Amino acid sequence: MSLIKGRTGDWEIVIGLEVHAQLSTASKLFSGASTEFGAEPNTQVTLVDAALPGMLPVLNKEAVEQAVLTGLAINANINEHSVFDRKNYFYPDLPQGYQISQFSDPIVGSGEIEIELDGGLTRTVRITRIHLEQDAGKSLHDQAPNHTYVDLNRSGVPLMEIVSEPDIRSAAEAAAYVVKLRSILQYVGSCDGNMERGNLRCDANVSVRRPGEEYGTRCEIKNLNSIRFLQQAIDYEARRQVDLIESGEKIVQETRLFDSNKGVTRSMRSKEEAHDYRYFPDPDLMPLDLESDYIESLRLSLPELPDQKLERFINDLKLPLDVAKELVTEKEKADYFEPVALRRDAKLVSSMVRKDVFGYANNHSLEISEVPVLPDQYGELVDLVSAGDVNARTASEVFVEMAETGKSAKSIVEERGLKQVSDSGELEKILDDIIAGSEEQVVQFKNGNEKIIGWFVGQVMQKTKGQANPTVVNDLLKKKLDK
Amino acid sequence: MSVDKSTVMRISQLARIEVPECDQDQLVDELNNILTWVEQLDEVDTEGVMPMSSGLPGAVLPQRDDLVSAENRQPDILRNAPVSRSGFFVVPKVIE
Amino acid sequence: MSDLTALTIAEALEGLKAREYTAEELTEEHIKSIEASRALNAFVLETPDQAVDDAKASDARRARGEVGALEGIPLGVKDLFCTKDVRTTACSHILENFVPPYESFVTRKLRAAGACFLGKTNLDEFAMGSSNETSYFGPVRNPWGQVVDDAGLVPGGSSGGSASAVAAGLCLGAIGTDTGGSIRQPAAFCGIVGMKPTYGRCSRWGIVAFASSLDQAGPMTRTVKDAAIMLGAMVGFDENDSTSAQNVVPDFQACLGQDIKGLRIGIPKEYRVEGMDQEIEALWTKGAGLLEEQGAEVIEISLPKTKYALPTYYIIAPAEASSNLARYDGMRFGLRVDGENLEETYMKTRAEGFGAEVRRRVLIGTYVLSAGYYDAYYLKAQKVRRIISEEFASAFDQVDAVLTPTAPTPAFSRGERTDDLISMYLNDVFTVPASLAGLPAISIPAGLSSHGLPLGLQLITRAFDESTLFRVAGALEEAAGWSPHPLKYQGS
Ligand SMILES: [Mg+2]
Ligand SMILES: [Zn+2]
Repeated sequence: MSLIKGRTGDWEIVIGLEVHAQLSTASKLFSGASTEFGAEPNTQVTLVDAALPGMLPVLNKEAVEQAVLTGLAINANINEHSVFDRKNYFYPDLPQGYQISQFSDPIVGSGEIEIELDGGLTRTVRITRIHLEQDAGKSLHDQAPNHTYVDLNRSGVPLMEIVSEPDIRSAAEAAAYVVKLRSILQYVGSCDGNMERGNLRCDANVSVRRPGEEYGTRCEIKNLNSIRFLQQAIDYEARRQVDLIESGEKIVQETRLFDSNKGVTRSMRSKEEAHDYRYFPDPDLMPLDLESDYIESLRLSLPELPDQKLERFINDLKLPLDVAKELVTEKEKADYFEPVALRRDAKLVSSMVRKDVFGYANNHSLEISEVPVLPDQYGELVDLVSAGDVNARTASEVFVEMAETGKSAKSIVEERGLKQVSDSGELEKILDDIIAGSEEQVVQFKNGNEKIIGWFVGQVMQKTKGQANPTVVNDLLKKKLDK
Repeated sequence: MSVDKSTVMRISQLARIEVPECDQDQLVDELNNILTWVEQLDEVDTEGVMPMSSGLPGAVLPQRDDLVSAENRQPDILRNAPVSRSGFFVVPKVIE
Repeated sequence: MSDLTALTIAEALEGLKAREYTAEELTEEHIKSIEASRALNAFVLETPDQAVDDAKASDARRARGEVGALEGIPLGVKDLFCTKDVRTTACSHILENFVPPYESFVTRKLRAAGACFLGKTNLDEFAMGSSNETSYFGPVRNPWGQVVDDAGLVPGGSSGGSASAVAAGLCLGAIGTDTGGSIRQPAAFCGIVGMKPTYGRCSRWGIVAFASSLDQAGPMTRTVKDAAIMLGAMVGFDENDSTSAQNVVPDFQACLGQDIKGLRIGIPKEYRVEGMDQEIEALWTKGAGLLEEQGAEVIEISLPKTKYALPTYYIIAPAEASSNLARYDGMRFGLRVDGENLEETYMKTRAEGFGAEVRRRVLIGTYVLSAGYYDAYYLKAQKVRRIISEEFASAFDQVDAVLTPTAPTPAFSRGERTDDLISMYLNDVFTVPASLAGLPAISIPAGLSSHGLPLGLQLITRAFDESTLFRVAGALEEAAGWSPHPLKYQGS
């Protein structure tokens, strides 16, 4: 348990998270407008999304399916009967004057997510519920001094709100939870997890208490759009609350915003007492009733989930825990690794892929799926290494050239004559020449300077332009010098 | 239950409808009048009754296929806007 | 040429077919009639040019042998239906200059059937009212006012403009919307037929919403047959309205003229409410007698919770309206009244944009949904609604149709009830129960009051059983011997 030290003793942080995840649908929750990111303002807005008079919502089947799959992936109860409610409030980017959401009867009930902590420990975070709701539009406050500009492209985009119980006890645990949740969503295919684009954002309910005592009053920090900000905001907020309580003040339940420039949270100026959302069932939509057969067929279609994959990578592929975890957590990494590792040496593949492919993506700020070398093409390169035709260092160079030219591994190796020299006859000849011209070094070796071996290897590499198989060279050298 | 002036003002704030000082007393009376009248529903025993929220009981909620059906209708969307600029709706400054 | 504005839709379709006149001539005659009767204030927007263009196009289609169900028929459209590129206001200041870039499902279907639209008819603001006195564009006169020498007689509401226009021969038929009686009650006040189909029969897409779980479009005509013709062209499944019914649409006209022998007609005893006019009760008894004479079996039934329908309605409808009308906030369309800041802009826009009745209902609706009051008011009302709906369902185990008066009084004078909200609300006491239960209902003119004002009787049937509704209504209409001739308005 990680505790905060206060002037008057230790404090425990209690955190519950509400994560808004944008579903991976082509069209909006209740209209046929595209959900594509980055369009010109108000170009992906139907009459429904702009809430023009007389416009009516029609539910997107795919959104329902993705929410159910997500619920199944966290072992949650799927509610056969759920209700769409209106949450009423005024805001310029909320065109209807209400958000269609789910209040008392959400589509997914209680479930759980297991998170991994440092030192191989795990913790189960209980999920309260998942409900479907519409996103609002986007307000731009910095376009004009006295006005706000409103773009409704996001208005009506389908979201899942995933609400956890207050089971999280530190910023690091909160981060681990979001990483795990994001991973599950990616595996299920219900959300791409892209936080930069706002496709996954967190609200954190934070309170502090003396260990073991009753929960304290919580504050909700809204719209945290990176894991780093989530952690910073939690740490700042917990410290703020401890300081307040210790100086004799009371925590006021309120909504706060995180200022990422200053690293602080601040109270939202909008009036708290005005929040009376007047939820009621949307009369434009009947209750959503799901057949148990439908739910069961989705359960059967559930893909392999991160925990299952991790187990398989450790048990079947014999990968070390940390490597397996890295490959599994981001689905794109596993998706790249797995076809390459198929019928190949998984350990070799994992070390090569992590260095070459993931490194390249990282250096070039690409998604793994955007790396221009496909897994099949990369497999050819792994084969050349396995066969001893190129060494790992050369392979990395070849990979970069593959990515830049689009050429195959084989053709690059051939064109540039990079094929490793493993032929001991050829290498012996080269070695003999070197030994013949290096009497001083040979004497030093005989006098016990073992390190001089490295010098000889370097010479061979120079002669062969790095293409000598280092294992073969080492073996030969020892044989010859020991004579 | 009857409403007082402060309740009516809270409701007017929630509904974003300004009620001028001179109309407040009359509005309080009118709302109380209506509320007292509807409270005769208290006489009805509704124990165990399922609330009815749809226009016709028993109808099934349709679901549409996930198809992008709408082309860009920006001009239609902005056509009736009190103020718009560069493709955006322009509204009074929002202070968070 | 005879008076083309005195035709029924069925007669006009025959005349057009026989080439006795063209759609253009028919439309021109109605345009003249509208111009001569502007004192009624029945239309808030006249679209004569579009109507004539539509009529010419209709004549051309007819010449090619393409004839829709309403080919060449000039109609009035309640200004609650969005019409593409034609101003649509809901008779509210807040939408005074709103021009929709889209056409409602129902008006689109009517146009596809060949109808020509003469313009947009007046209504109570956002359809909230029973006398057409809350319209931003001023009250509508009931052409029957001249009969009692009182030009200020209300037409009923909220579809008062449509009712007045049909009654006075400004159009052959009109469309209205009915939330708690807004088609049936003005039809009764104006001596015409007004029909509300089963909830879900007509798509609500493109109709400015008042109370989503209650709103239904329907025809307002001078005969039952005309209502059947029009309804046939208005209904159908709409994938853009989740509450649109997929039920098979019967041939509504086919059941007209069938006898009603053996049909069981229920007379709900609880409908003998306090404050009901003696002559209305007498008319009701007479109507039951007429049906009996034709072989129907008249049975007294009980709908004990009916008396709670009105207060139930006046919780549910305002609650839904408070949310439906939140979009009128001055941000994306409609009136904006600038304030010092965003909050003030909201408050001023909605205070100035909405009239007194709309403001009142939005506030009531906001209150009954607010924290601490939801269970006591809104949830309670939803439960009573279920009870009322189930009472109808069991009544229909015993009977095929229910007969009631449409309204407790004939048309009244303007201003007579504006100070007493509850007495105004009581206008809908007979129409609201069927609205809450989503059932089809029709009002037909069945007699005159001692002052010579029209009185209506209402029939209600099972959900989606409009066939029986039209069958009984047709029989009653014939037996009542009401003349469908329009009452030309002489005043100015
Ligand atoms: Mg939330
Ligand atoms: Zn949410």
